[in-house]
Amino acid sequence: MSTKRVVTATINGTDSTLIVDDRMSLLDALRDAAGLTGTKEGCLTGDCGACSVIMNGRLVDSCLVMAPEAEGAIIETVEGLAQGNDLHPLQKRFLEHAALQCGVCTPGFLVAAKDLLDRNPEPTDDEVRYWLAGNLCRCTGYDKILRAVHDAAADLRSSSR
Amino acid sequence: MEKQTPGGRPYKVIGTRPIRHDGEDKVTGRAQSGADISFRDQLYGKVLRSPHPHARIVSIDASKALAMPGVEAVITGAELPQPHDRMFLSGEGGVENFRYVNDRVLASGKALFEGHPIAAVAAKDIWTAEEAVKAIEVTYEVLPAVTDVLKAMQPDAPLLHEEITTETLGEKKKESTNVCRHTQHKRGDVDQGFSAADVVIEREFTTSTVHQGYIEPHNATALYRSDGQITIWTSTQAPFWVRRDVAELLELPLSTIKVVPLEIGGGFGGKIAVYLEPLAVLLSKKTGKPVKLVMNRQEVFLATGPASSTATRIKIGVKKDGTITAAAAHLVYEAGAFPSNWAVMGSMCVLAPYKMETLLIDAFDVLTNTPKVMAYRAPSSPQAIFGVESVLDEIALELGMDPLELRMKNAVEEGDRRADGPKFPRIGLKETIQAAMDSEHYKSPAPSGPNQSRAVAVGFWFNAGLQSSATVGINMDGTASVVTGSVDIGGSRASMAMMAAEALGLKAEEVRPSVADTDAIGHTDVTGGSRTTFATGMAVYEACQDVLGQLKKRVATLWELPEEEIEFDGSAFQHADNGKDPMTVKELGAKLTATGGPVMGHSSVAPTGVGASFGVHIADVEVDPETGKVTVLRYTVVQDVGQAIHPSYVEGQMQGGAVQGIGWALNEEYVRNDEGKMMNPSFLDYRVPTMLDVPSIETILVEVPNPGHPYGVRGVGETPIVPPLGTLHNAIARAVGVRMRSLPMSPPKLSAALQAKGLEAIAAPTP
Repeated sequence: MSTKRVVTATINGTDSTLIVDDRMSLLDALRDAAGLTGTKEGCLTGDCGACSVIMNGRLVDSCLVMAPEAEGAIIETVEGLAQGNDLHPLQKRFLEHAALQCGVCTPGFLVAAKDLLDRNPEPTDDEVRYWLAGNLCRCTGYDKILRAVHDAAADLRSSSR
Repeated sequence: MEKQTPGGRPYKVIGTRPIRHDGEDKVTGRAQSGADISFRDQLYGKVLRSPHPHARIVSIDASKALAMPGVEAVITGAELPQPHDRMFLSGEGGVENFRYVNDRVLASGKALFEGHPIAAVAAKDIWTAEEAVKAIEVTYEVLPAVTDVLKAMQPDAPLLHEEITTETLGEKKKESTNVCRHTQHKRGDVDQGFSAADVVIEREFTTSTVHQGYIEPHNATALYRSDGQITIWTSTQAPFWVRRDVAELLELPLSTIKVVPLEIGGGFGGKIAVYLEPLAVLLSKKTGKPVKLVMNRQEVFLATGPASSTATRIKIGVKKDGTITAAAAHLVYEAGAFPSNWAVMGSMCVLAPYKMETLLIDAFDVLTNTPKVMAYRAPSSPQAIFGVESVLDEIALELGMDPLELRMKNAVEEGDRRADGPKFPRIGLKETIQAAMDSEHYKSPAPSGPNQSRAVAVGFWFNAGLQSSATVGINMDGTASVVTGSVDIGGSRASMAMMAAEALGLKAEEVRPSVADTDAIGHTDVTGGSRTTFATGMAVYEACQDVLGQLKKRVATLWELPEEEIEFDGSAFQHADNGKDPMTVKELGAKLTATGGPVMGHSSVAPTGVGASFGVHIADVEVDPETGKVTVLRYTVVQDVGQAIHPSYVEGQMQGGAVQGIGWALNEEYVRNDEGKMMNPSFLDYRVPTMLDVPSIETILVEVPNPGHPYGVRGVGETPIVPPLGTLHNAIARAVGVRMRSLPMSPPKLSAALQAKGLEAIAAPTP
């Protein structure tokens, strides 16, 4: 039976209070309770990565996290990547490289790639491929995504210098 | 026909790489697909699906479900109007009968595949809907099922539809069967052709059922108002076909239905047919509230249309110099649970790339207890051409001939006929083979380590024309808007804006492209068949010509000169000798009000000048002999793309198509148990390629402009899925000496074949 509860979490830097059902995943909570539909549902079994978010500094499939587990958590979603109208280098490079076609996997790739670059500012090809192997893209064949991530990494390195 | 506009000027916008207009929304998460919209009073729908691949539905009792708090409606097949016969275009060349669409949407009488919808529920939330579905009591009489195409052809096979008999060469046979259609194409005396050959090779091949694997599951939300007006919000490749199908199924006029296409998360042919839309409409009619349905991944695998499994036999005869004298193809295609014509499509593709004096093609569409097969990128071509390209590879080895030279020797060109009759217009197969031969990849030394090799294969797709509509409006500042009815599935808004910008002398950024709902634009067929940039692009071009004609009148008024003396040179309106400064579209914007008001151009087209597309792929592979795992070391796609409007998105189509083909060749398959149930309906067990599984796909764009389009466009998106099956098969064969002739060439299958070969070699050592 249904039990509602209040979950408070920091989502993209904002303190958020969400009323969730105990049966909700974090994905549902973000989409339906917080209205952040940028995080996408592809499989609900943790196999496609479309629902990737960063929770307490760790990349997770939000479909595999129950909403009540997000109590007190710090969550980053695709909606938090840009600072106002200043796109994150990953977003800019994805657009420049045409690293998306239909775009449904794009939010998950952007979040997963951000998590990679937060940890490893200069990844090799293999490191990028390994880190992003949990994200499926059926449109692009991945090459342009790989290039966009490398270019964004270079942008971030030069801006932090 | 070199790279220039119809007026003979070099391109300014076409061939450049602007940022796509809809890109910002897609990288910030603001883009809305069908699953992202909600209404305050909406209900959630859920479908009850058959657990059995074949069963008679004895009874359905929904009373317990209806009694649950929060459950507002339950529907079954009995709610649909009586089915009627009417043929319609269901995909990229696919033809269906509406008689069977009712049954596909909601079963009546029998469940014909695992996942077949039996009933649907609307409830206050998704959990209640799920519980309600479980509370519906269905009594089934389980029947023997058949999921293998060759077994389904046997006289003692379980029959899916008692009323179906084989239609062979236009005539209906008497006895019931699962073979719904037999198609034949014949040219000359094929026996004579084979006897004139020096080398004849005949082989059998099989391929497994595969799925399009788009990441976004199907969704639909509908509102049925008290006045009978219906709105459907959905992620579809074909909003006008959704409207047609729902209207036909529910026996309603088209004018009562508006379909709003939301952003779509991939389709590849799989989001053309209606599945959820009619259910959402019926549930909304019963409840008076908007009803939203979203499939889960398991439902997508079980109950949407994958691509046919096939069993084929290919025989080719050649002279010592490599000239093909005859070819025969015997093609059996899985139709799924309802009549299809995918073997018909295969029969039109199988020998299309090559010239020959004699040929014989027999193709059979076979019903099986599996979901109705739907279009998947170049539908039916990959399975057919796979066998041909494998046999040609063996012939090349037998003759000691370069495999690309063998193909060049027999390649079709303008004026040659396809097996099914039509003559090719200007095509670029020879140019594409030449570009492959000249490529750095092909010229580089083939990998020569243990269990490594290189191979090639060719691919073909017709491309489609169909119907499209567009409007182009000139804004009061001289910028422009482009509206089409073609859903943008991979960047087509950018190419529409670019073609309009080229025509009007504007920058790509000065044109704002959008996709309209079915009330706001003229009829437009499916986004599919690689037709959007070609046909909808032509509608955009024609609408721009309409605009330019109207603007010329305004210039004539302003200059007080005869209209006939004014020319638009691609940048501005000019007059040869009146001393007036040229006037651009941009400058005219501010003068529209004073010269007669707004200007908008319209066009609806049904273009016939479709340009077929050919590709050549080159692969270097390495096989791990112990595990059977294949590593693709290097992969190049060479294709005639006509004229690339936005080269980045053309490359993306070539790369993405190739990777889908690589998945089809190496890993993807529906694994079924003895009862015919799918054992792997998840992305964990149905393995589509990840970023770790494929190298960066290299691309070579060959541009042989299509004379049937003002900008030389020919469809691009589909051909690249065709060659990987043969390319990888041939590369594996050359690397380890085993011809699998059966897809997928997955590690368990390949390692078993290698072990068998090893045992054979021990038993009878050969040099």
